[in-house]
Amino acid sequence: MENNKKQLRIALRNCGFINPENIEDYIAHSGYAALASVLETNDPQATIDVIKKSGLRGRGGGGFPTGLKWEIASKNHADQKYVVCNADEGDPGAFMDRSILEGDPHSILEAMAINGFCIGASKGLIYIRAEYPLAIERLLIAIKQAEEAGLLGRNIFGLGFNFDIELRYGAGAFVCGEETALIHSMEGDRGEPTFKPPFPAQSGYLGKPTNVNNVETFANIPVIILKGWEWFASIGTEKSKGTKVFALAGKIDNVGLIEVPMGITLREVIYEIGGGIKDDRKFKAVQTGGPSGGCLTEKFLDTPIDYDNLIDAGSMMGSGGMIVMDEDDCMVSVAKFYLDFTVEESCGKCSPCRIGNKRLYEILDKITEGKGTMEDLDHLKNLSKVIKDTALCGLGQTSPNPVLSTIENFWGEYVYHVVDKKCPAGQCKALKSYIINPDLCIGCTACARACPVGAIKGEKKMPHEINQANCIKCGACVEKCKFNAISIK
Amino acid sequence: MEKIKSLADLKKKREELQSSLQLREQGENNENLIRVKVAMATCGIASGAKQVMEIIMNEAKKRNIPVEVTQTGCMSYCYAEPTVEVTKPGQEPVVFGYVTPLKAEELVEKYLAGNEMLPGVIPINYEKVEL
Ligand SMILES: Cc1cc2nc3c(=O)[nH]c(=O)nc-3n(C[C@H](O)[C@H](O)[C@H](O)COP(=O)(O)O)c2cc1C
Ligand code: SF4
Ligand code: SF4
Repeated sequence: MENNKKQLRIALRNCGFINPENIEDYIAHSGYAALASVLETNDPQATIDVIKKSGLRGRGGGGFPTGLKWEIASKNHADQKYVVCNADEGDPGAFMDRSILEGDPHSILEAMAINGFCIGASKGLIYIRAEYPLAIERLLIAIKQAEEAGLLGRNIFGLGFNFDIELRYGAGAFVCGEETALIHSMEGDRGEPTFKPPFPAQSGYLGKPTNVNNVETFANIPVIILKGWEWFASIGTEKSKGTKVFALAGKIDNVGLIEVPMGITLREVIYEIGGGIKDDRKFKAVQTGGPSGGCLTEKFLDTPIDYDNLIDAGSMMGSGGMIVMDEDDCMVSVAKFYLDFTVEESCGKCSPCRIGNKRLYEILDKITEGKGTMEDLDHLKNLSKVIKDTALCGLGQTSPNPVLSTIENFWGEYVYHVVDKKCPAGQCKALKSYIINPDLCIGCTACARACPVGAIKGEKKMPHEINQANCIKCGACVEKCKFNAISIK
Repeated sequence: MEKIKSLADLKKKREELQSSLQLREQGENNENLIRVKVAMATCGIASGAKQVMEIIMNEAKKRNIPVEVTQTGCMSYCYAEPTVEVTKPGQEPVVFGYVTPLKAEELVEKYLAGNEMLPGVIPINYEKVEL
């Protein structure tokens, strides 16, 4: 592996270094110093300006400017306001928020208190999925320690600021990560999204102005305060500042969490940090943005990664899942995988998403079964567009993206499935045929004995043959043949 | 921990903690103390980090090696869990990957007790913001 330091840890600065269950370790690493400096300055707008000028944008997917969001919440007057940390992390394959919560819980508490001071809130809530028991345990320990140390609670540092934090447990639905659904879920209602406006900053939890930020967004805050906005804004691209944590997965050697400056290229991520494609296979695509995102192909390998470039390329930053695919991955199946997820997770409130995504899934399924037509491909495109334009919340508005982006970048692969009834990656079971090469087959009968459905016939010592109509494509014969006579076409 | 009542309190506390950390790093109190961190996030624990931590403590005790073993969060090398960082007095920290419970004993015997490197060392491939 190259040791050329392409990574920069800001959000992950303490993960893997400090003991997350010991507040003293956090304090020794300048913990709560940012809160102290904010309270000492005693000028909420000045701190909001620092966050605004830093250029920090939301890491939960949308990329909304964080400072601006704080400003809106601060300007909406109310007797009570709330700070909410979105720790629902529902994207398949994403676990950066979990790592931060498990490795550095105090950084989130500190940032939430800073946020509370800036917008005039004395209460913070962390909405965390119940499937994260260790993160929950460490957060509870951290809250208790911070309260005992007087860093949360009443009259922090004797400067008159009060701030409490409580946990709220998510029930495990992906859509509950959407901020309006999250707020309804915390209020005890069904976790269904509602139309925006009003935005949470205007009317959120219990109808009060509420600032919702993602875990990783919060993790950056203390650093921006301590190092200054100029430092933070010097990292990244023109419109995307700082770093992003990605969960690098798929056909890559070094699977894991990475934190890279915005503007790094996919090529650097895959080949220099990730160690290259597994088994020296050929790169095919990278999926970013999870079920709301799309695939980036070879032509985007040298595009600087930031919010806007990813959208222009037909994908999105999302929360930070990054799945690398090689030539053995079928792009129709990839789209089908995400649609399957969306259909499961749609809350069902609006029909474009509830019914439309199901239809998209059915068409994709038909194509992978070898029954698709060219009209189906038109349907896919049209229906995708309608769903995007008419769905109520971000889930439905982005759910066709995996379909549209694979159609755009891998049109030929779709056509191949539909017209030639073949899957070039060899992934679609129904489109595979197992063929015995008569020149290599010596008639040992090993395959015929292994076949569970008796689809292989042939005389001893004579080339065997597979009856395609009976074959269930289980692959048992391939493994048994010592002469490599059976291949998949 | 006693209550931190003012900004001055926090500053004092930080300075105290930092200097005691430094003392330990320089091995002032016990110049042979080896510091071991075991990555104990969900991913590490799932691949056996809890056992690894116990084995390291027990094996070190058996051999009378002075160690301070602490838990930490995810070191982010998912492909090489469990991961363990070892800092010998006066030396740079070394991160070992693939320290399964089977290999933990070997780590103590060869690297902690002796000075023999084991395979699976992970190079540090990032910079970290210093606060
Ligand atoms: C279907 C759906 C799921 C979402 N899931 C999450 C999530 O798990 N975590 C998160 O932080 N934001 C999630 N979001 C984005 C939130 O609605 C919201 O924009 C975000 O929490 C704001 O924080 P940020 O500005 O710091 O990113 C989701 C959005 C949608 C539409
Ligand atoms: S788009 Fe889907 S998830 Fe969002 S409100 Fe409509 S049905 Fe529910
Ligand atoms: S793939 Fe399975 S079912 Fe088909 S011929 Fe081989 S053993 Fe028989």
